[in-house]
Amino acid sequence: MEIFGIPLAAFFGQLLLGLVNGSFYAMLSLGLAVIFGLLNVINFAHGALYMMGAFLAWMGLQYFGISYWVMLLLAPLLIALFGMVIERTMLRWLYQLDHLYGLLLTFGITLMLEGVFRSFYGVSGQPFAVPSQLVGATDLGFMMLPIYRAWVVVASLVVCLATWFVIEKTRLGAYLRAGTENPRMVEAFGINVPLMVTLTYGFGVALAAFAGVLAAPVLQVSPLMGSNLIVTIFAVVVIGGMGSILGSIVTGLALGVIEGLTKVFYPELSSTVVFIIMAIVLLVRPAGLFGREK
Amino acid sequence: MSRKLGYAAVLVGLLIAPFVLYPVLLMKILCFALFACAFNLLIGFTGLLSFGHAAFFGGAAYITGHVLKVWGLPFELGLLVGTAFAAATGWLIGGLAIRRQGIYFTMITLALAQMLFFVFLQAPFTGGEDGLQSIPRGYLLGVIDLRNDLTMYYVVLAIMVATFALIVRIIHSPFGQVLKAVRENEPRATSLGYEVARYKLLAFVLSAALAGLAGSVKAVILGFGTLTDVHWSMSGLVVLMTLVGGMGTLFGPVLGAIIIIALENKLGDVGSWLAQVTEIEWFNTLGESVTMVTGLIFVLCVLAFRRGIIGELAARMR
Repeated sequence: MEIFGIPLAAFFGQLLLGLVNGSFYAMLSLGLAVIFGLLNVINFAHGALYMMGAFLAWMGLQYFGISYWVMLLLAPLLIALFGMVIERTMLRWLYQLDHLYGLLLTFGITLMLEGVFRSFYGVSGQPFAVPSQLVGATDLGFMMLPIYRAWVVVASLVVCLATWFVIEKTRLGAYLRAGTENPRMVEAFGINVPLMVTLTYGFGVALAAFAGVLAAPVLQVSPLMGSNLIVTIFAVVVIGGMGSILGSIVTGLALGVIEGLTKVFYPELSSTVVFIIMAIVLLVRPAGLFGREK
Repeated sequence: MSRKLGYAAVLVGLLIAPFVLYPVLLMKILCFALFACAFNLLIGFTGLLSFGHAAFFGGAAYITGHVLKVWGLPFELGLLVGTAFAAATGWLIGGLAIRRQGIYFTMITLALAQMLFFVFLQAPFTGGEDGLQSIPRGYLLGVIDLRNDLTMYYVVLAIMVATFALIVRIIHSPFGQVLKAVRENEPRATSLGYEVARYKLLAFVLSAALAGLAGSVKAVILGFGTLTDVHWSMSGLVVLMTLVGGMGTLFGPVLGAIIIIALENKLGDVGSWLAQVTEIEWFNTLGESVTMVTGLIFVLCVLAFRRGIIGELAARMR
């Protein structure tokens, strides 16, 4: 079977890979949006923390024999702690200044983290085996579905939707949304805003680490895996606008799929298509698809 | 009076420098100094943080290299074509990026520059991962042989001093004053009747063009163009140079470029010295960990040292 001259199995294979990448885009841009909403900081270190999540999973298995499933919970927790230390000791001092300093600081942190991992592991990737429970593929009739990739998409969707639910439908989320609108007023109501800021940053980077652990068996675990991704994530964030949680999720997934399909139909464009879409969106709707001017 | 003496002293120092230090290293520093000054025109005097200046620097280097090597254009035309390419790219990228403000502006420049990185990675003429090699230096005005490092140095010095003078002129012109007004308070500049978007775009194009000139000259000096020069880490490096020296100061970026390039070149030596003194073996590998050290400087500068060296000195003297 073929579609536009492309074998159907290859078409669906790329579509699935696009969905997998899209899930990573969705989780990372969601974390960026949540952090930006409350802290007004664009967290450049997001990619590096995603990389660290993947590395923690790899190190856990390699040095301590800790299974993938434990690390799937442990790595985000550790990265969240690490992120909260960064927020408490460094980012905190920059809130009164121009937002650009937050970007510059996290950029410096990115370089440091990447440098540390490069000095130990070089630039080549470390292979990470798919956990035994998820090895193999099922035959869907029209394509072979690798179980692990399906798991990545499902797990990311569940985490993204849970995040959406917590932020939009619970009391905790209401505090967060109120803090995004007017932190001083929320503080006046007796809510510990500095603590909320710290926890939010921790949560945002935990999402990145979770994506990193999920990505470890799909992509190779390499010190540079995050910095290659973060620029694309920025484009995703510009396209979607950071105003809406669901918007971030949808934009991330959609761009992953579009990128995957470009790989099928016009591979030369696959690395630039996201940026081209960003340029078009800027021309047509500068605030982003789901954005509002702040 | 004392200021004029200072300028004269610096100029004399630059003229005798190649007899003391390795000319190619000096030329490289001059190129980065110009790159940082061009960047500073944007961040320091217009208040726009571009994270995509590598596209102009490295892109112009490729274009100049190509037209010199394959088309056989003379030296001067090669620089001109590279600079024109950077200006045109700057017009496109800047035109899109100024549609958003603040942090979004920065992200857009970064993303569009990354797109250009992929274009250069795939385009056949750049040589991909291998880079564009053996670019000929040629002759200045068809007579003076530039293969001599000393001759090349003085030509580069003349270009850099002229461009620096141009930047100083721009900053002190009425146009430069409007840019400063935009930096300080954009809505007020708009309400005073200035078409802010046009001023921003023009500043962006100027900055991109001069960054391109720096890249073109660098390609001719070293004889190659590489992917490193178009990568976003290069954009980060020029931000760091400007930040270390002092954003919005005239000489800050120059000083920052000297410090960062010297650091990149000497970090290995510093590392082995530290290893000897402290007897910690790890320091011997410091030379390979340039990114880590630049990252650390970045963090320290942003946290404690935002005015940069020149800015800090100026604040003390006041």
